[in-house]
Amino acid sequence: MPGGVKPVKYLFLLNRAAGAELPESGTPEYAATMAAYGAAVEGMQKAGVLVDCAPLYPASASTTVRVREGEVLLTDGPSAEIKEELGGYTVVECADLDEALRWAATIPAARDASVEVRPVVAVQAPV
Amino acid sequence: LSRTIGELARDQWWSAVAAVTRLTGDLGRAEDAVQEAYAAALVRWPAEGVPANPFGWLVTVARRRAIDELRREAMRAGKEVAAMRRLGDAPLPAEAAADPGDELSLIFLCCHPALDPAARVALTLRCVAGLTTAEIAAAFLVPEATMAKRLTRAKAKIRQARIRFRLPAPGELPPRLPSVLRVIYLIFTEGHMASRGPALVRGDLCDTALRLARSLASRLPQEPEAAGLLALLLLTDARRPARLDEAGDPVLLAEQDRSRWDRQMIAEGDAVLTQALRLGRPGPYQVHAAIAACHSTAASAEATDWRQVALLYSELIRYEPTPVIEANRAVAVAMAEGPAAGLVILDTIAHDPQLGKWHQLHVARGELLRRAGRAAEAAQAFRAALELEPSAPERAYVTRRLQELTAT
Repeated sequence: MPGGVKPVKYLFLLNRAAGAELPESGTPEYAATMAAYGAAVEGMQKAGVLVDCAPLYPASASTTVRVREGEVLLTDGPSAEIKEELGGYTVVECADLDEALRWAATIPAARDASVEVRPVVAVQAPV
Repeated sequence: LSRTIGELARDQWWSAVAAVTRLTGDLGRAEDAVQEAYAAALVRWPAEGVPANPFGWLVTVARRRAIDELRREAMRAGKEVAAMRRLGDAPLPAEAAADPGDELSLIFLCCHPALDPAARVALTLRCVAGLTTAEIAAAFLVPEATMAKRLTRAKAKIRQARIRFRLPAPGELPPRLPSVLRVIYLIFTEGHMASRGPALVRGDLCDTALRLARSLASRLPQEPEAAGLLALLLLTDARRPARLDEAGDPVLLAEQDRSRWDRQMIAEGDAVLTQALRLGRPGPYQVHAAIAACHSTAASAEATDWRQVALLYSELIRYEPTPVIEANRAVAVAMAEGPAAGLVILDTIAHDPQLGKWHQLHVARGELLRRAGRAAEAAQAFRAALELEPSAPERAYVTRRLQELTAT
């Protein structure tokens, strides 16, 4: 890190083809994918820039939370509202979806627009 | 014999899937395992006799299947699966009985508000009512592959997003119960007034919904809305024998042969409703049921207490402020005070662009205009209804009305 310059955090949004599933654990495709991502992650880790990373379950596992007039409204899947754009992120660790949804509803974005609650795949931290 | 054995096994379906879901911690796995156990029962029970404890038998066999499946998966992935130990260790006594807590956990899981509403209905029919994917697909007139995909996707979401199999805490019940009631109500209405297809009434779906409502109410005796839903279904379904004529065309409530209504169901519905109201916590299903009771206990359309019906609809608007409820109130007001009073309300809501596409609004307007002696306007309203593609029997009914109007 160049001295005197305050570092900036960046969020990389990793896109994939819509509906594409992760390869099944134990298959050669899975091993190849893990190796490819492992190489990229290792590079960032060695450079000391990596903060955190994880794959996400597909958008079909999402729940969108909106709070309108004090009432919590849930919809299956990501928000279809084209006038919304990603404005921030929060990572929580909860016992189940109900607990995560309760916290999501407390975020002001749920009142102004929406909060998409997407489960994160539990992967072992890269060594 | 195989039919009664099939029914016997299916009666245990809800309890068996619930018990195995708790054991495996995975709904999809449990459902597959119970399906295999059910198939085994169909083969073995006729030969060996029905076991003394059909539930225990199904759960024992299903658990063994689930362990086998886990073992195969573990071999493929080359690792030990923790769930296998849990499944294998928990002893299941021979006198094992169904657990109402498990059963409620299962229906609350299938009707979780984070799931797509259509998927909630499909999951409930599959995992709670025990219908096959093919039967559910046929009921909703979609290809079997489409329905299978909908079910698979819902089960994947439950697993991936970790929607847990657990009983809602007392404080969670008020926000969670309406979704369960709504799913059962949707199954009933799809049977009672099929939205698609040539048949207007699908009795099998009505029976399934009634069975679910009955089971739910008995498992939640302190929830007046669960009883309210059961009362509503009983009081409405009691009219089924008179709802269609020999040709399969719908018969208006006012013109139905009330001697064909099921008196026993009406009496039961009335008793269930009375008990629910006694708990002193009214809600939309209890009000709906009270309206159904006004109709089902009246000797004729004229003898119906229409003022009370209109009043109950005003009450219902507090819970469901929709133009559809307002339209129903208009019809009741017209019966109590004359068609002109009802038309005032209908004309106000007819301007709603969404509701203009609802053919039943035009049918109702046509009826009131006809009764008010405004034949030309009535015919216009009926024609507007025909343009909105009502179901085949409704089309026949409106066409008949139009012919009567143009003949006089």
